[in-house]
Amino acid sequence: MKELIRAEHLSYAYPSDEDGVPAHQALKDVSFTINEGEFVAILGHNGSGKSTLAKLLCMVLEADEGSLYIGGKKMTGDSVSDEDIYSARRDVGMVFQNPDNQLVATIVEEDVAFGCENLGVPSEKIRKRVDYALATVGMTKYARHETHRLSGGQKQRIAIAGAIAMKRKCIIFDESTAMLDPAGRKEVMGTIARLNREENLTVIHITHYMNEATMADRVIVMSDGGIIMDGTPGEVFNRATELWDANLDVPQTTELLWKLKEAGYDVKTDIFDPCECAAEIVRVLKK
Amino acid sequence: MKNSVAFGQYCEGKSFLHKMDPRWKLVLAVFYIVVIFLCKNIFTFALVALSAIGLVALSEINPKIIIRSLKPLVMIICVTAIINIFWLKGETLLFSFGPISVYLEGIINAFLIVVRVILLVSVTTLMLTYTTTPIALTDGLEQLLAPLAKIKLPVHEFSMMMTIALRFIPTLLEETEKIMNAQRARGADFSTGSLKQRAKALVPILIPLFISAFRRAEELAIAMECRCYTGGEGRTRMNVLHSSYRDLVGLIVTVLLCLAVVLINKFAPGYRISM
Repeated sequence: MKELIRAEHLSYAYPSDEDGVPAHQALKDVSFTINEGEFVAILGHNGSGKSTLAKLLCMVLEADEGSLYIGGKKMTGDSVSDEDIYSARRDVGMVFQNPDNQLVATIVEEDVAFGCENLGVPSEKIRKRVDYALATVGMTKYARHETHRLSGGQKQRIAIAGAIAMKRKCIIFDESTAMLDPAGRKEVMGTIARLNREENLTVIHITHYMNEATMADRVIVMSDGGIIMDGTPGEVFNRATELWDANLDVPQTTELLWKLKEAGYDVKTDIFDPCECAAEIVRVLKK
Repeated sequence: MKNSVAFGQYCEGKSFLHKMDPRWKLVLAVFYIVVIFLCKNIFTFALVALSAIGLVALSEINPKIIIRSLKPLVMIICVTAIINIFWLKGETLLFSFGPISVYLEGIINAFLIVVRVILLVSVTTLMLTYTTTPIALTDGLEQLLAPLAKIKLPVHEFSMMMTIALRFIPTLLEETEKIMNAQRARGADFSTGSLKQRAKALVPILIPLFISAFRRAEELAIAMECRCYTGGEGRTRMNVLHSSYRDLVGLIVTVLLCLAVVLINKFAPGYRISM
């Protein structure tokens, strides 16, 4: 598997501002590698540094220390030119938390085209890419609709389509589902999972919904600016006590099975699907 | 609140007018306004009004929507009509009551001015806002003004600002409504009291609105940067504007209309509008 993003000992501190808010060390010595086609969930409670990390990966912020490589190219240090940053932004995009504040145009297809237009893609090609992108997120029939009339989930899908049209290799979702209702969340998560599977899109999904994290191939848990766990959902959620210590929840199924285990039942604890969980309980009860 | 902003909204459609090139529509709308101001007598107004009705038919937009867009103008129309009826002095005195005297000329003049205002508003909204998407309109404007970029005027930046403003008007309206409700829930009163008190009551709406607008602007700037926006240079557009036979037809018709108006003004008798 090809490496897409490599972070080595990244640190970032928000500088103290004039009003006397002290400097805040948001990230401390963070290292990881993300390969092409991976679906990574980043978990962490508020203030754990996960959004800061997303901003570093999109080069909105620049790390104080450590180095960041995107597509094998170094993105930190003095030698980095605007050109390098620009070309890295072609590959790595971001979908933000507030769906309203990232759509630029009044008409859906115009917004999807915005990124391609910035890249200077010829008109006919933009048309094709936009149609394809809208079809991939299932929004073709909304192409000529006004963006502000869409639901939150639809707006996020439009933002995703914008990134697909730019042929980005990786999309970072910075709590993109946090402001949506359950239906919208389901619709966006479905789209993300499908794009990861079918289009081999690398997905970095920052969230605090545990059941969304279980959909990923790999879960990174952050606490106080550092990575405390990194593994498959099974591995991570099996360390429930540590997660509770970091002020994080585990998926409801895991929590239930974990409590049953503590009560002396011999159950497996790395199950996230409610039906499988029920089957496991039935199995143990039948014994 | 949202529904009251009928003035300046795009109506989806595939008519002749919808398909015209926005650049031409802008130019022709200005031309049309000039023609409306050239009208001097009742015949020319009748002709232009007929052509405006033709435009409505051509746009395939429900005339009710256009009439609704005139609602905010009712006050202006009434005031101009009243001023003209009572102040204009003419030859044919209809009746007088104390210091007030009403002349036939005053009534005709008032009528013609009202027609002029209605024509101005309906034709420009019809040609520009109802049948042209805001994006197409700003695109058209950007391209029409493109030569000005040579003398270092920020044409692209201006059109980007327009696009974003148009995009955020509904969002901010929605937000205003939310904030008003939130303040009402805290006991704020926006509908009673003197004018001064009411103006003061708006402060608790404006402050949160501005703060949130600035925050939105900051987030939007980051989002645009992440989508590789670096300004107007090297940008392409998905929808390239093409002139078609429609624009030629539009130009010819408007020129003919203009000629007809000038000729009728010159040769046909009838009351001449003042103002």
